Amino acid sequence: MSTYMLEMKNITKRFPGVLALNNVTFSVKKGEIHCLVGENGAGKSTLMKILSGVYPHGQFEGSIIFDGNEAKFSHIHDSEKAGIGIIYQELALVPEMMIYENILLGHEIQKGIQIDIPEMIKKTEQLLEMVHLSVKPTEKIKELGIGKQQLVEIAKALSRKAKLLILDEPTAALNENDCENLLNIIRELKSQGVTCIMISHKLKEVMAIADTITVLRDGQTICTLDKKEATEQLLIKHMVGRSIENIYPTRTQKPTNETVLEIKNWSGIDSKTGRKILQNISLTINKGEIVGLAGLVGSGRTELARSIFGNPDGYIVSGKVIANGKAHQFTHPHEAIKNGIAYASEDRKKNGLILIQSIKDNILLANLKKISSTIGIIKSEEEIVQANEYVKSLTIKTPSIEQFVLNLSGGNQQKVSIAKWLFVEPKILILDEPTRGIDVGAKFEIYTLMNRLVAQGMSILMISSELPEVLGMSDRVYVVAGGKITGELTRQEATQERVMELATL
Amino acid sequence: MIIEDFKAVIKKNIRDYAMYIALVFIMIIFSILTGGNFMSSRNIANLLNQTGYIAVLATGMTLIIVIRHIDLSVGFLSGFLGAITAILLTQFHVAVWLAIPIVLALGVVCGLITGLPVALLGIPAFVSSLAGWLVYRGALMLSTAATGTIIIPNESFNALGNGFIPDLFSWIPFLPQYHKTTLLIGLLTICVFILSEMRSRSRKMQYNFAVLTKPLFLLKILFITLIITYITFILAGYNGLSWTFVIMMVVVIVYDFIARKTMLGRHIFAVGGNPEAAELSGINVKKITLFVFGSMGFLSALSGILFTARLKSATPQAGTLFELDAIAACYIGGVSASGGIGSITGSLIGALVYMSLMNGMNLMGTDISMQYIIRGLVLVGAVIFDVVSRKRKA
Ligand SMILES: Nc1ncnc2c1ncn2[C@@H]1O[C@H](COP(=O)(O)OP(=O)(O)OP(=O)(O)O)[C@@H](O)[C@H]1O
Ligand SMILES: [Mg+2]
Repeated sequence: MSTYMLEMKNITKRFPGVLALNNVTFSVKKGEIHCLVGENGAGKSTLMKILSGVYPHGQFEGSIIFDGNEAKFSHIHDSEKAGIGIIYQELALVPEMMIYENILLGHEIQKGIQIDIPEMIKKTEQLLEMVHLSVKPTEKIKELGIGKQQLVEIAKALSRKAKLLILDEPTAALNENDCENLLNIIRELKSQGVTCIMISHKLKEVMAIADTITVLRDGQTICTLDKKEATEQLLIKHMVGRSIENIYPTRTQKPTNETVLEIKNWSGIDSKTGRKILQNISLTINKGEIVGLAGLVGSGRTELARSIFGNPDGYIVSGKVIANGKAHQFTHPHEAIKNGIAYASEDRKKNGLILIQSIKDNILLANLKKISSTIGIIKSEEEIVQANEYVKSLTIKTPSIEQFVLNLSGGNQQKVSIAKWLFVEPKILILDEPTRGIDVGAKFEIYTLMNRLVAQGMSILMISSELPEVLGMSDRVYVVAGGKITGELTRQEATQERVMELATL
Repeated sequence: MIIEDFKAVIKKNIRDYAMYIALVFIMIIFSILTGGNFMSSRNIANLLNQTGYIAVLATGMTLIIVIRHIDLSVGFLSGFLGAITAILLTQFHVAVWLAIPIVLALGVVCGLITGLPVALLGIPAFVSSLAGWLVYRGALMLSTAATGTIIIPNESFNALGNGFIPDLFSWIPFLPQYHKTTLLIGLLTICVFILSEMRSRSRKMQYNFAVLTKPLFLLKILFITLIITYITFILAGYNGLSWTFVIMMVVVIVYDFIARKTMLGRHIFAVGGNPEAAELSGINVKKITLFVFGSMGFLSALSGILFTARLKSATPQAGTLFELDAIAACYIGGVSASGGIGSITGSLIGALVYMSLMNGMNLMGTDISMQYIIRGLVLVGAVIFDVVSRKRKA
């Protein structure tokens, strides 16, 4: 019996205009945790989609040997049957359905011709226990936080008796606690004999959990390292092809004391549920300053940003927003934009980008005026010139600006979403989880870009669940917990411990 | 070499070319089956006039479907507004030049009424416009109840549906059998077409976009030029361009321009592609929704006017099933049922395909029940093809 659970040999996959994978070889030993790392667009997700049958046999070159047999999957069902469970970068749960329905979707337990609900709930309870999730199987998915949803996904994969579990950036949207919890569960599964492939851009957690690490770059395997020989620095070097000394680039310019945005006694009530989501929040942002908004997922940071940015969710708000010396109460994002505020949302697929449109159309959308005549006719040349410029300055990896955003890798989509808001030339840019799912190289680029922008006089409010990022980039940090600001810390005061303490108040 | 390029291009853009291929195919088949009658000057003129009022509706419906809604009320709305026109002209003796703007404005109001609950309260457009369907049907019956069919004696009004543009150059002895203004318009169209194609190609090359290879490009120009020339001669050999055709083309060109080249158009497609993202980008989704429904009402009124003029009368059944014909034209023309994707020119071709089919079957004397079945099959076939070819591309 071979010691390999999986051998993928000489895999090549082309998309129109893109060579996504170029002769990739990738082997995973039985019972190990194998991490797959690489820049955005390196081909990690594509490789996993080939493995799981999303791209069926015949649509790529090369061979796959799984558990000793040559695998020719033509559909996800086939890989599932063979014992491969995959959790995609984008979660695939039905928000309106209950947990047990989601977990056993397509595999309902039947008694005669009826589905056996008590039995299904019982089985779900066992599965939830395996991932240490203490919620009722009859709760709806949409009631769960994203961290718990991730665990439900794992339980779902386990219910299909997966021998090989693939997790594509499972921790990208999770806060530190949820991450730690998830990693522990993966370790536990390993001790029960489940082999695991995990894709991640968070090198710390890769170092913490991996037995073996494979680095992809530009669709090629660069190397496969044993945990013992790997260091974070070495991984970065292999991933980007050069070493990055300091991931948080140093700022040359100091922020000014001129306040550009002030929020005073800001409160908000969700009009649908009547729940108080924001309570008496006051904060200021100065010109040329990066202000961090730290806190746990669900603490109300996104709600705060959205309620300021024209309140598209229709919260009942009170308090003052003072921008450019005037008090405002924006009733539509349009007004906020006009007053120099931009908000790049945390969920780029859901409400940040238009996936079925081109990179060009997405970048230009929020400020079409800039490329139109006074009566609203678009100047075709201007369009192309501008879009190309932003693609270049943010190094968005694509064959052309006409490419659909749908076909970009996660990180490049994120860059498009930021480019779109830079095109508005705002005075205050609110970035909600700006580096979610972005590789170290691109992160470094985005940080550098942020520094460049504030040096030019822009102000940035950054919401982030990645503490090191908040601490590394911010001039000042506000900590949010339960819809309230529980503390304001200067760069010097802000330590990991202090922030966590305030965040869990 | 050329042939290989050709195959590659067709394969890549199969969805875009398929409609044209289908159209040519239908025309050839019917020409053969009807012994040439189908392509006669008279019938083509007739076909274009029939297409007119459906194409006008399909233009508005394209935008409605693009923003993920539907409007079922347009058929009876156009019937009802046609009856209003007839009443204004015959009972109130309003002049044509005044009656038409009144009815068009009324159309906008009706469209907005359908759109208001959709935009402001999030009522499904299906429900809101189904209510409109019922209401306008009732209104149409009511307005023709006293008189039955209302005959319109006004010649200049009826010309909108039956008349042809005057020939300004008939005094020139050259080509005596032909309508020379039509020939001139055809010639101008060809020039504009070739120039704009060349300009867009050179611009694309400047920015390193993929373009057709030179021989293929020339082939395309030649092919389309031939088609325009052919159609021009067919029409010029009869009475020339009809007013309906001219109005339809103006509507299509204006809407196509709005859809592709203006901020408004981009906003409409953004709302269709992802309403939440559009809202966060500062686009007022409610306003856009209202605009699109208002424009649909406007075009319903126009369609009603064209149809009434064509029949020279308003009947209690006018507009029956127009909404479904327009929706079918959109789907055949490549508008995506899930929103965000579609083009005005596509829907025009869709309307032509659909109406050619009806016209051809009528000429052949196909049984009406068979006609419905065939229309249904063509519709579902077109949508299946659309979905499958899009999947393959993604
Ligand atoms: N359906 C598609 N059509 C065209 N190109 C595609 C398609 N899917 C992926 N690509 C391209 O293939 C390359 C690899 O993409 P992939 O999603 O595998 O990257 P990744 O390593 O998972 O990146 P990330 O870390 O950003 O998620 C990218 O350049 C991407 O643009
Ligand atoms: Mg990926």
